[in-house]
Order: sequence, then C-alpha cells, then structure tokens
Amino acid sequence: MSERVRQRSTLGGIPAWVAVVAAVGALLIVIPIVSLATRVDWPNFAVLVTSPSSLAALALSLRTSVASTALCVLLGVPLALVLARTSFPGKRILRALILLPLVLPPVVGGIALLAAFGRRGLLGSSLETMGVSIAFSTVAVVLAQTFVALPFLVLSLEAALRAAGSRYEAVASTLGASPSSVFRRVTLPLVLPGLVTGAVLAFARALGEFGATLTFAGSLEGVTRTLPLEIYLQRETDPDAAVALALVLVVVAVVVMIVTYGRREIR
Amino acid sequence: MSLDVHAVVEPDRLDVRFSLDEGETLAVLGPNGAGKSTLLDVLAGLLRPDSAHVRLGDTTLVSTGHDARDVWVSPHSRGVALLAQEALLFPHLTVRDNVAFGPRGAGRDRGEARRIAERWLERVDATGLADRRPRRLSGGQAQRVAVARALATEPKLLLLDEPFGALDAGVAPAMRRLLSEVLAERTVVMVTHDPLDALALADRVIVLDGGRIVEQGAAREVLLNPQTEFTRLLTFGLGAV
Repeated sequence: MSERVRQRSTLGGIPAWVAVVAAVGALLIVIPIVSLATRVDWPNFAVLVTSPSSLAALALSLRTSVASTALCVLLGVPLALVLARTSFPGKRILRALILLPLVLPPVVGGIALLAAFGRRGLLGSSLETMGVSIAFSTVAVVLAQTFVALPFLVLSLEAALRAAGSRYEAVASTLGASPSSVFRRVTLPLVLPGLVTGAVLAFARALGEFGATLTFAGSLEGVTRTLPLEIYLQRETDPDAAVALALVLVVVAVVVMIVTYGRREIR
Repeated sequence: MSLDVHAVVEPDRLDVRFSLDEGETLAVLGPNGAGKSTLLDVLAGLLRPDSAHVRLGDTTLVSTGHDARDVWVSPHSRGVALLAQEALLFPHLTVRDNVAFGPRGAGRDRGEARRIAERWLERVDATGLADRRPRRLSGGQAQRVAVARALATEPKLLLLDEPFGALDAGVAPAMRRLLSEVLAERTVVMVTHDPLDALALADRVIVLDGGRIVEQGAAREVLLNPQTEFTRLLTFGLGAV
C-alpha cells in the first residue's frame, strides 16, 4: 500500500485575525495582477506587443538590462567581498551608502546622476570637453539601471559570502593557493548560487527601472525609451498596448521569482 | 625541516617558545582554551601574532615585535599544511580534484596533478572514492581524503588540529594507524587533548595551560612520568598503568 503524505493546513497557534489580515495583505498584491490579466485584449495581444515601437522598447530594455547586470557583477562582486571579508574604519558608512539606492526614490537617483554626469555635471563637464556626452544616451540608461540594481547584487552576494564563511578559504591558502587563486577556485564556486540570485534580482530591477531612466536618460525611441517608459507613454494613446506590454513585464517578473526563490524551496 | 618558535598572542594570552628537530612529531597537549589552536593559526599564518619569531629550516616565516625588520610570509607561500578537526573538503570538487588542488596551485599541469592525487589517494586507501563528491563521504573517509590533500602539497611542516576529534570511536584507530605511517619522516605539530594520541604518534610533547608551557620533553617521559600535578591530571595517570 502506498503511503500518502498529506500537507495539512494548520494555523500553527497564531490568532485567526492575524491570518485574516495576512490574507488582505496578500490580496492587495494578487488582485491587481489578476485584474491586469483580465484587461488584456487577448485576440490582439500578439499584434500589440510586436508593434515596431514595442519591439524597439523591448529590444532596448533587454540590451541595457543585460549590460547593466554585467556591470553590476563586475563592480558588485569586489564590493561584496570587501564588505564581507575586510575590516576598516568607515565600513558601516560605506555599506549604508552602497545600499542607499534601495530606499532612494529613483527620480532622486536620476537627478543625482544628472548632477554627476550631466552636461554641466561634476564629471560631465570635463567629459564634455573630451567630447563624451553621457546624459540622454543609451549609456545613461545603463548607468541609471546599474545605480538602482547594484545594491541587490551586493546584498545577496554579501549574505552568501558570510554564510559560506572563510574556513574553506583558509584551508585553500594553507594548500598553497594565492589569494587570487583562492578567490577563483574556492570562493566564487562556493557562492555561485548567491551570485546567480543576486544577478537575476539585479536584472529584474534593471528591467523595471523607470524614474531614474526618465530623469537621466529621457525617452527617445530606440535610444533611451525602455519598456517601462514605453508602457507609460502608450497608456495615453493606446491603453490596450500598455496593458499587453505590462503583462509581458509581469511574466518576466514571475519567471525571475521562480528562478531565485523556487530553487531555495526545493532544498 | 627543523622548527624554531617563539610566539606571543596577547588577546589569547599565548606565550610559548619551543623548537623541534627535522622529522620529529610534536604533540601540543592541554585543556580547551589553553591556546593550542591559536598556536597552530600562528604557524599556518592565519593569525598575526603580536610578537613572534618562527623559523622553518633556513626560512624565517614570521618576525615581528623585534627591533629588526618585520617578516611575514603569507600562508600560501609557507609550505605549511593544516589538517583541521573537520575535513573541510571543497564541496564543489570531486575527491580527486580536492587532492589535486594543491599540486594544481603549485603549477603542475592537469595530468600531473591528477597522478599525484591518485598516488596519495592510494596511500590513504581511498582510491575507490576518487570520483565522489565530499557530501557522499562518511566522516572517516573525508578525513582520510583530507590527509591525502594536505600531504599532496609536500608540506615542509604539517599541522594537525585534533585529527580524531570529529571521528567516531570506531574509525579513530584506523586513522591513528594511517597517521603513524605517513607522519614518520615528517616535521609535524599536532594539537590534541588526548594523551593516548600523543603517546602513539609523538616524539616530543609540550603541555600548555593558559597559554604557557608548563612541561615539555620526550613524549614517553612527559606522559608516563609527569613532573607537574597539572600534567598528571591531564594524562589521567597514564604513568600509573
């Protein structure tokens, strides 16, 4: 006879009213998403998401998000290592500054980026004399996305590094591996799942970036108008297209959640 | 290689001085918190002592707190391998690649490192485990592989931190036999709280209490005929047997 393990629902000792409030909280998120799906003009869905402006926005979003994710990995791995392994005065302040974009309104981030890289910005004015103009270009989109996405990668990788501890690294060094070699052959493979999670979260954040991009890069079709900007613009002229494109981003977000958190559930 | 050590680690109140001839095995005996692991970390280069002078053969590994120029050789350049209480095999590598880790790092090519690894796996009677991942090993198997991994680097000095500490009582005798074979010609510092391990494996013994050496000498003499009450208690009267 095969034995069946059944997952029983229990309240686990919490008051019933807590469960009710929790349900309200969950519905606050679920209802709008479901409503969005009901508003999609399904017969014309394919046409709506494949219009030239939609495709241009989608292609630009994918290109810039991949580029900013790569930039996040390149800069975020060393940052996470410094935060997790070293000790120096002012480290707490450094961490707080790096994580600031998590709590900063993206528009403010965009204004800050303009102040730095804009035509008359702190660095921008010298770049301008060298003939380099960053603001309102595709590079600006990548910078804005990296600015808001970097903390996601740093946070999740730093947590993975702390969880892995440094004991394997110590053993590797007594086996004759130089610090660079320990990093490449031991540290990176050990924290790879954390790095993948961080990169996927950073990619998702970059893909959804709106405020900083609009402020710092503007909304030029094919150059800086990413998918979220296109959705916002279409809402005025073609609401059906906006809803269809919005659903595309929802699907991407759901896939991201399954990739990052589904795996952890299995373990 | 002969070993000369004088090390002071103030936060851990460690202050020891001893020397060891080439090929000798030294057992460091003492209760928890006596500073045994701190001493190993200083020798391995994982801890910077406040003041120390450590010489291995003709090489000065550490010299600090003296008027002369400070010397600090990083752990990976010391030729000092550490075998911890836990095997700490790299979980992302097979058993064979774990043992080949040191030779690869020393610049051997893939095939050569592999051959060295297989030779050492044979030596510790673990040839059949070569393709396994560490999580599929028992505690005793993992510790045998860890011995092979440490020795594959051809260390000038081998450090053992409670090598039987995490093993089941049933596995420890086999491990003790293996170590007594492979340690024979090497310079070894072994930390243990078990006087029987010291008697079985060591040529010389130092007894630590609160970071200080309270007794030292040839293993049999110190263990079987202790001069201090502290050592007598620690060896629970081995000498009386």
